[in-house]
Amino acid sequence: MRVRTTAAVASLVLLTGCGAADMTKQASPFANAQGAKTVTLSVQSWVGAQANVAVAQYLLEHRLGYRVDTVQVDEVPAWDALSQGRVDAILEDWGHPDQEKRYVDDKHTITRGGGLGVTGHIGWYVPTYLVKQHPDITNWKNLNKYSSLFRTPESGGKGQLMDGSPSYVTNDKALVSNLKLDYQVVFAGSEAAQITQMRQFAKEKKPFLTYWYAPQWLFKKVPMTEVKLPAYKEGCDADAAKVACAYPHTPLQKYLNADFSKKGGKAAVFLKKFKWTTEDQNEVSLLIADQKLTPEQAAKKWVDSHASTWKAWLS
Amino acid sequence: MATFTASVPRTLPTDLLRRRAVQKLLLLAVAAAILVPLANARWASGSWPDALTVDLTKPLTDVSDWIIDNRDSHPLFLYFFGYVSNAVVICVRAVYLVLLAAGWAGVTVFGALVAWRVAGVRLALGTGAAFLACGLLGMWVPTMQTLALMVVAVLASVAVGLLLGLAGGLSDRLDRALRPVLDTMQVLPAFAYLLPVVLVFGIGVPAAVLATVVYAAPPMARLTTLGLRGADKEVLEAVDSLGATARQRLLTARIPLARRELLLGLNQTIMMALSMAVIASVIGAGGLGDRVYQALASVDVGAALAAGIPIVLLAVVLDRVTGAAGESAGEETGSRRSWLYAAVAVVVVALAARLAGRLDWPDAWTLNIATPVNRSVDWMTAHLYSGVPVVGGTADWAGHFTTWVLDPVRGGLQWLPWWSVLLLVATLAWLIGTWRTALTAVLAMAAIGVLGVWKPSLDTLSQVLAAVAVTLVLGFATGIAAARSDRFERLLRPVLDVFQTMPQFVYLIPVVALFGVGRAPAVAAAVVYALPAVVRITTQGLRQVDPAALESARSLGATPGQQLRQVQLPLARPALLLAVNQGVVLVLAVVIIGGLVGGGALGYDVVFGLAQGDLATGLVAGGAIVCLGLMLDRVTQPTQRRTKKGA
Repeated sequence: MRVRTTAAVASLVLLTGCGAADMTKQASPFANAQGAKTVTLSVQSWVGAQANVAVAQYLLEHRLGYRVDTVQVDEVPAWDALSQGRVDAILEDWGHPDQEKRYVDDKHTITRGGGLGVTGHIGWYVPTYLVKQHPDITNWKNLNKYSSLFRTPESGGKGQLMDGSPSYVTNDKALVSNLKLDYQVVFAGSEAAQITQMRQFAKEKKPFLTYWYAPQWLFKKVPMTEVKLPAYKEGCDADAAKVACAYPHTPLQKYLNADFSKKGGKAAVFLKKFKWTTEDQNEVSLLIADQKLTPEQAAKKWVDSHASTWKAWLS
Repeated sequence: MATFTASVPRTLPTDLLRRRAVQKLLLLAVAAAILVPLANARWASGSWPDALTVDLTKPLTDVSDWIIDNRDSHPLFLYFFGYVSNAVVICVRAVYLVLLAAGWAGVTVFGALVAWRVAGVRLALGTGAAFLACGLLGMWVPTMQTLALMVVAVLASVAVGLLLGLAGGLSDRLDRALRPVLDTMQVLPAFAYLLPVVLVFGIGVPAAVLATVVYAAPPMARLTTLGLRGADKEVLEAVDSLGATARQRLLTARIPLARRELLLGLNQTIMMALSMAVIASVIGAGGLGDRVYQALASVDVGAALAAGIPIVLLAVVLDRVTGAAGESAGEETGSRRSWLYAAVAVVVVALAARLAGRLDWPDAWTLNIATPVNRSVDWMTAHLYSGVPVVGGTADWAGHFTTWVLDPVRGGLQWLPWWSVLLLVATLAWLIGTWRTALTAVLAMAAIGVLGVWKPSLDTLSQVLAAVAVTLVLGFATGIAAARSDRFERLLRPVLDVFQTMPQFVYLIPVVALFGVGRAPAVAAAVVYALPAVVRITTQGLRQVDPAALESARSLGATPGQQLRQVQLPLARPALLLAVNQGVVLVLAVVIIGGLVGGGALGYDVVFGLAQGDLATGLVAGGAIVCLGLMLDRVTQPTQRRTKKGA
């Protein structure tokens, strides 16, 4: 017995190489199983991000001959995974200044991969049919007047402000308390749940107030109007507890693992050049989310009709 | 999980019991009369007073930051955790590669042959069919990932459990030290184990495997100790008289005698490891659990089901096969030669598959069940979800349950002054248990306040209470029916068996389809999960009531209703209390996981902490879950110690 344990320990030491074992450089045990050259992309839970990854994956596989693994990780853990090399690239980041400073500027384990070409904006939205009945509802100062419209079983006596996944960038709890609004933030738990809920409200033309963001394909299905919050100024969201202003307009960014960026060959070059427009992304998103195509079919459809756009990424 | 046996001790004479209860209540009333005005004068507030909370956010965030900054440089990580993590990655990868190399045919044949040798032809066929079904659902690779992770986690848990169990079985002092710890670990919800390992190892497979080991090792340790201690004294004396050394005595007598318990321990460990390996997808375990988790996040019930079915199949097969191994322990199973034939057969099949180029499960053979399932779910949401005449839709029920039950209970709990909650906890725990359990319960509840999560904890508590109430009403009713009718019990048994083997995660899938998102589906899942154990314990308790007592009641002309109320139920009181205890523990475990489907409160905080990398929030919530679990267990704990979780 003892001999066997010693042997096991010894072989372990041999396998891991003597000396230090840096666990930040360990890949997933399931990666590269068949010995192909693999790129691992992080895909976030919203459909826009799936569209980016679907097109990138399609081109990497069919034009450059890579094998692509996708991993669904939440936004903040994805940064950690990217820095450790468990993921090679994030294609759509909505702004995480803390992580950017830590990994890009201090530890140099992540490099910037340039812009995605899409500008994102988070805000509070009400359905357009509601705005037709109450035109002044689009200003935050009037929200308290209408809070009774938005009451639900989950929000208690207050109006309901619906938020989606706990992993998204949000200041809503602070905003509600700092703007002294008579509202309760209710998390649907996931974006899909939030969308289901919004579509059900819209079917019955019920009022709702929701955290939402553009570009998003749902606007084509449920027209919504943004509620004006106090204007965004540079730095007004620096202290998370004291935020009392709107969300910024963020040019979405790509990030690459530093090692992959240097040694990733054609794949890394391709991912750095990957850049498209809001319309392009929405087209693919709608194919996936509304027409229920698989991401691969949707990507193929887009690739077949936009050769001029993606040819530039491969040159 | 494994079958459950409740022993029914003789009840104390009722008037003695009553007198003791009155004494306890008087003592408590005196203590309350002195302490409450003091506490109230100092910290007069409904909710837990701010002055008594300790804010752990800053230190915990600092720790988390320190770990991220030093993970790649500090010797503790380079020379210890790094190796642990490396070892896990290498082992899992090795098992995974072996499974992939064996191909689907090899793995299926291997599984079937092992089942055949251990448990007979019927289970062998079942095992083969289960593996083929996994492939048919298009889940072959995720199933193998989960299996690889499970194999490593179970081996590690068994090793750790055996060591601890041996220590407890051989040394009385260690036994006394280990037992309360293991007892407590058994009642804690799986979710609470995830965060500490994530803090050190980050999201990924190593963290998942370690969390699984911590969760699954205790039953092995407990049962090993039990087996060693329960060995027949006379046999041991005989061995002693033959002049065996202590070591010989252990290896030749005590361990073989404990074989049945060891195999039962293995069974429980495997079932808990599977349950945890699936939940651990939240921290990057990959595999089947990951598919369920992602599908739940996009409310894609069809896809969740496609991944959920292989989990259930794996669970049932593993449970039956290890269970059968435990049953036949002692008899010599099969000869060496037939094992050899089996091994040769596996190698031949694996090679044949490899030569035929059929290692991967062929894509053409997959059955897409997601689309039809989703279509029927859409139909259900369209027709059953709301606005059904007279009965209302499932969404309406969920809404009403939230407004009329969950909200008032939560409102009531949060309205109660904090000291009265403590007093309530103390009273309940002391009436049912001893002053020790009462003290632990009160301290645990106070710790929740100190952690500063009083409100969300009471929110979780309200969900637990509502779910337990529903579970008990349904469970007692079904249990009474099953105790009265043999035919009904026979019909019920296989259903209960299957429900008890399913991992907690699977229960979330159907409730999301039926009740949407929110607290109501979390409660519904908890009820379904806890029900089988409650039904089983109730039935058993009622059936074990002394037949003589029943007979004499009958001869006195009592109607069946009177017999039940005045003889059976009072005599089965210990079993019923045990059912309550089990129900509470099981419900808590699932209500917490309900954070994934909008259950809010503590479960949500844990998910949030993981999703945002904000470990301070998550760890505090995890701590509160531990305290809540302790409190609930102690409050409902009868004086006699009961058997373990998972029933």
